Amino acid sequence: MATVIAFWVLAIISIVASISMVVTKNPVRSALALVGTFICVAAFYILLSAQFIAAVQVIVYAGAIMVLFLFVIMLLNLGAPGTLRERGSLQPLVASGLGVCFFVALVLSGSLVSLPQAAAARPEVFEPLGTVRGVGINLFDPKQPWLFPFEATSILLLVAVVGAIIMAKRKV
Amino acid sequence: MITTSHFLVLSAILFTTGVIGVLVKRNPIVIFMCVELMLNAANLSFIALGRHFGQVNGQMYVIFALAVAAAEVSVGLGIIVAIFRAKETINVDEVNLLKS
Repeated sequence: MATVIAFWVLAIISIVASISMVVTKNPVRSALALVGTFICVAAFYILLSAQFIAAVQVIVYAGAIMVLFLFVIMLLNLGAPGTLRERGSLQPLVASGLGVCFFVALVLSGSLVSLPQAAAARPEVFEPLGTVRGVGINLFDPKQPWLFPFEATSILLLVAVVGAIIMAKRKV
Repeated sequence: MITTSHFLVLSAILFTTGVIGVLVKRNPIVIFMCVELMLNAANLSFIALGRHFGQVNGQMYVIFALAVAAAEVSVGLGIIVAIFRAKETINVDEVNLLKS
């Protein structure tokens, strides 16, 4: 029962926060609404017994990435509303209509496929699925295919560091 | 009773909000935020489906998607800073260098 209440409360908060992120004109408010959405998604991860991913979500997304966003907003002095004028045209209406069509198509195509019932299809039961131990054992298991992507991710992060420095530095 | 379908529909709602934001907004930083929202919605459906089948493998995909998102944001914001330095604006309607 507590799971049901938590799900609906978090769902309403996350949807309202994401919509207010799109609607508001102030980029700083958008960023704060996005932080709210991220924290709600982290709580959903805990409901889905993915505790480690929830902690990583709060640290990386709500911490590091949003600090980067706010830093760039303040660096470029875009915080004041009206710095970028939104074009007064039909585009928001058309985009919203297309988005609703996209959502209907997504849900309809999903409802055509019935999920096969697995043995452990009981979302309300907590089991040690996503603890640090469970995730780590699965990630570094030689029989699982995750070791090579893990090493490739380190190369990706190195390339991203070099690319970000090269893009943002002054011309010498 | 919360089933996996609830989480999948919620993920679809968040993804659609991100799509609408990308289409509507003119500020590339907010467009980036909407892309992050779409990535989060995809991650949520990964974890919900992994939970449905009782496997950890859904969470593995989320770890790698998170690393890719961090890399994408750092490079993308670097590009935005470089564009702002060159053109003094980052409105996506005025930065159309590739359009001949």
